[in-house]
Amino acid sequence: MSPDYYLILAAILFTLGTVGVMVRRNALVAFMSIELMLNAANLAMVAFSLARGGLDGQVATFFVMVVAAAEVVIGLSIIIVIYRTRRSTSMDAASLLKL
Amino acid sequence: MITLETIAATGVFQVAWLMIALPALVAGLLLVSGKFFDRGGHWLAVAASSASFVLAFWMFIEMLGADPEHRAVSLPLFDWIQTGSWTVSAGLQIDQLSILFAMLITGVGSLIHLYSVGYMAHDDRRRRFFAYLNLFVAAMLLLVLANDYLVLFVGWEGVGLASYLLIGFWQHKPSAAAAAKKAFVMNRVGDLGLSMAVMSMLALIGSSSFEAVNAAASKLSPGWATAIGLFLLLGAVGKSAQVPLQGWLLDAMEGPTPVSALIHAATMVTAGVYLVVRSHEIFQMSEVASTAVVIVGAVTLLFGAWIGTSKDDIKKVLAGSTMSQIGYMMLAAGIGPAGYAFAIFHLLTHGFFKANMFLGAGSVMHAMNDDVDMRHYGALAKVMRVTFLTFAMGYLAIIGFPFFAGYFSKDHIIEAAFGHSAWAGVAALLGAGITAFYMTRLMLMTFFGEKRWREGVHPHESPKTMTIPLIILGFFSIIGGALMNFWIQEWLEPATGGHPHELTLVPTLVGWLTMAVVAAGVAISWFVFGAKPVPDAAPASGNFFTVMGRNDLFGDTVNDVLVVQPTMLAARGVVVADHKVLDGGFGGLATAFAGISTQVRKLQNGQVRTYALTMAIGVVAVGVVMILSQLG
Repeated sequence: MSPDYYLILAAILFTLGTVGVMVRRNALVAFMSIELMLNAANLAMVAFSLARGGLDGQVATFFVMVVAAAEVVIGLSIIIVIYRTRRSTSMDAASLLKL
Repeated sequence: MITLETIAATGVFQVAWLMIALPALVAGLLLVSGKFFDRGGHWLAVAASSASFVLAFWMFIEMLGADPEHRAVSLPLFDWIQTGSWTVSAGLQIDQLSILFAMLITGVGSLIHLYSVGYMAHDDRRRRFFAYLNLFVAAMLLLVLANDYLVLFVGWEGVGLASYLLIGFWQHKPSAAAAAKKAFVMNRVGDLGLSMAVMSMLALIGSSSFEAVNAAASKLSPGWATAIGLFLLLGAVGKSAQVPLQGWLLDAMEGPTPVSALIHAATMVTAGVYLVVRSHEIFQMSEVASTAVVIVGAVTLLFGAWIGTSKDDIKKVLAGSTMSQIGYMMLAAGIGPAGYAFAIFHLLTHGFFKANMFLGAGSVMHAMNDDVDMRHYGALAKVMRVTFLTFAMGYLAIIGFPFFAGYFSKDHIIEAAFGHSAWAGVAALLGAGITAFYMTRLMLMTFFGEKRWREGVHPHESPKTMTIPLIILGFFSIIGGALMNFWIQEWLEPATGGHPHELTLVPTLVGWLTMAVVAAGVAISWFVFGAKPVPDAAPASGNFFTVMGRNDLFGDTVNDVLVVQPTMLAARGVVVADHKVLDGGFGGLATAFAGISTQVRKLQNGQVRTYALTMAIGVVAVGVVMILSQLG
């Protein structure tokens, strides 16, 4: 089978995610955009895996999903802590980490 | 011409190194012994110096007994430096020239040691003083006994060190400390000349031993012979306080008087003459270099005499006189084979009578509470009988009164100078007249006239330890000339290659002329300073000669303008260049980096979305590069 359509879809999803991270101020939306980018990558890997007839791409996808689950836990906790202290989830407002 | 051939050392000559080792050992012992030798250490120093004299005298007797061809002895000691194709072996050469020096140094040196026992009796640092004196004797003996220019150089630097330490001995006086530094620095200029001469010898001849250099001198190209001669002359000029490096000697009078007598009159300052005579093979190869020696001598003999006429400080008059007399020796040494023996002859007689007069001046100062101004003296002849009489012997010797020591030696130089050229002869003749003038002035102001003593000064004769050396030196001031007059030319011939001329006791035309000039000098001096009272304070004077003389002929001003100011300017320039160019350059570089860093730092603004954009651009850039490299 040809992976072309899957790859085009993955590219569109990835671009949407990237643009989302860069243009949206809400931390939760940015977070979702990152998940979108990860899943775009997963889709690309599964597509290649099918095209080549091997399992390595699918194995890597599982790893990504596991890591993404762990990351979601930590990321959401950070966002909640920020929300509790600042009463906002705007990423632009939380810009104290600079000289 | 008879050349110098040395024989191997036997008998007493095998322990010749003891002459140097004994004073050196005692010097070291006195310096490290602490308070242990405070009480009796000075007698140990006198003993070391006297033992060296006994050794030197013993060798002299042995040499007198030998044939003229078998007198010079060489004593190799050890291989000092071995590097590449050069081997420098340290050894001693005891020939007719160096044994005379060794006897002068240890003989006069021992007398001055003895005198210092009395003179320095009340000084807290007497032990150190005697240690330095012994160090000087050891270094000076190494200088004259060396068989190699490099070994000579060690002694040369050693006497420079001893001179520095002793000029600045009363280091609590800022003037003494400054004088010591001045002597040290000006001597460095001369030492540069000597070291360049030694290096040239090593480069051209491959050895710096006297034997090798003498043998190779005639094969040197004229240019190199002149260059080495002028380098050696620069060394001699520095050490012997000749024009243009004369400035340090007058200031060196800040040292204790025995030091002035031993180092700055009798021995060290004559090392330059020794160097020129020792290197005669080189000077004979170069007309330019030997004429330069004559000019330096003629200029200095007038220069020093001029200073002597105008000073009121008794030691500075004697210092000017020393410069002038060494000028005579230089003049004789530059004339060539006709003059070498006379240069050494005058050096020896001058060693006697000038040491005598310096010690006499010390005795007078001792009596006058260390006042050196002759305008505060007067009428001391009756109070200080021994000092006066011995000083008078020195006085008669230096002005060349018939049959005193200086009469023989100086007249020979004046005659030889006329034999060289008219101008050298006239300079030497004129110098003799001026010498008579200023020495008569010194005598009249110190020992005659009315009392001009300050309050609380009670002159008295000095103790025996001081008068005995005076009497011995006074005795040699009388007979020193007659003793050596007919003998020294023949004696020195193998070492200096002289050609004896006929000497008679009946004065020649030049001799009569000299006596007339000297008599005129004495008469004018008596007319100016003896016939009417001497003013208590130096009168203001607009007289060109007096003003020039009182200011050392503005030698320090010349040095200041020609050397000191340009050096200071250069130093300031370097400081400015350092601050502005170097510091400015590196400082600017650092400021630039700091500025760039401040700008770069602003990229870290805390905005997560900016970081995301930066990263996205970076990823795209990396991707583009990778794709392009795959395509290429």
